[in-house]
Amino acid sequence: MPVEIDIGEKSVTAYISGEIDHHNAGEMRTRIDEAVEYSYPEVLVLDFGGVTFMDSSGIGLVMGRFRLMKNLCGKVIIENAPRAIKKVMRMAGIEKMLSAENKKEGSLL
Amino acid sequence: MKPINEMKLCFESRSCNESFARSAVAAFVAVLDPNVEELSDIKTAVSEAVTNCIVHGYKNDIGTVYIHVKIFEGALVRILIKDRGCGIADIKKAMEPLFTTCETGERAGLGFSIMDSFMDKMKVRSKPGKGTCVTLEKSIVSKGK
Repeated sequence: MPVEIDIGEKSVTAYISGEIDHHNAGEMRTRIDEAVEYSYPEVLVLDFGGVTFMDSSGIGLVMGRFRLMKNLCGKVIIENAPRAIKKVMRMAGIEKMLSAENKKEGSLL
Repeated sequence: MKPINEMKLCFESRSCNESFARSAVAAFVAVLDPNVEELSDIKTAVSEAVTNCIVHGYKNDIGTVYIHVKIFEGALVRILIKDRGCGIADIKKAMEPLFTTCETGERAGLGFSIMDSFMDKMKVRSKPGKGTCVTLEKSIVSKGK
């Protein structure tokens, strides 16, 4: 499975693995959104530790989840993004959208 | 200038071929001994261009995507990615960061920005109704370091 979901008391963690492109992003989005809509978490953690490739489809995936969590008055935390994935995120200005906790822990940059 | 090596690919505009396309180009340029970052930059840029052909050029109809890669003296790689799809009426607008014609809200509108910043040069030629051709260039300087 490209996305393993771990549902906690107040959080949902999505462990994403493999390649994120336009072909794969749709299925990943569905898996994550199903878990979020099922448990209404305060925090959605997107763990990129197992991601080997990402293009702007991954940016679309992250921005869409930001919007989803904003609607639920929750937040998104990004973790374990490998160097090449961080480069794409930085180019897209994703760090500007991150919550304070995420910046404090320095988990993205 | 004559290339010292070249290859051509054509394949159907199915989204499952996005991975094939970027991997095939990466495998072809591997002979120049690029480092991980250079290879990743090329794969990302190719993925953006091919996805544009599929999503925008052919609007998810099945057409043919053409890729032509040339390697020149001095480890210069030139990649042409072309479709015979709908074309772009306003290239300047299409290249603006965050601009997208996609209405589902899941496309970031960053394809051209990423191609431009991850490669040394990017050129776009397009004619409405005829198709779009993107040219990407990068010099491989690392020799694996």
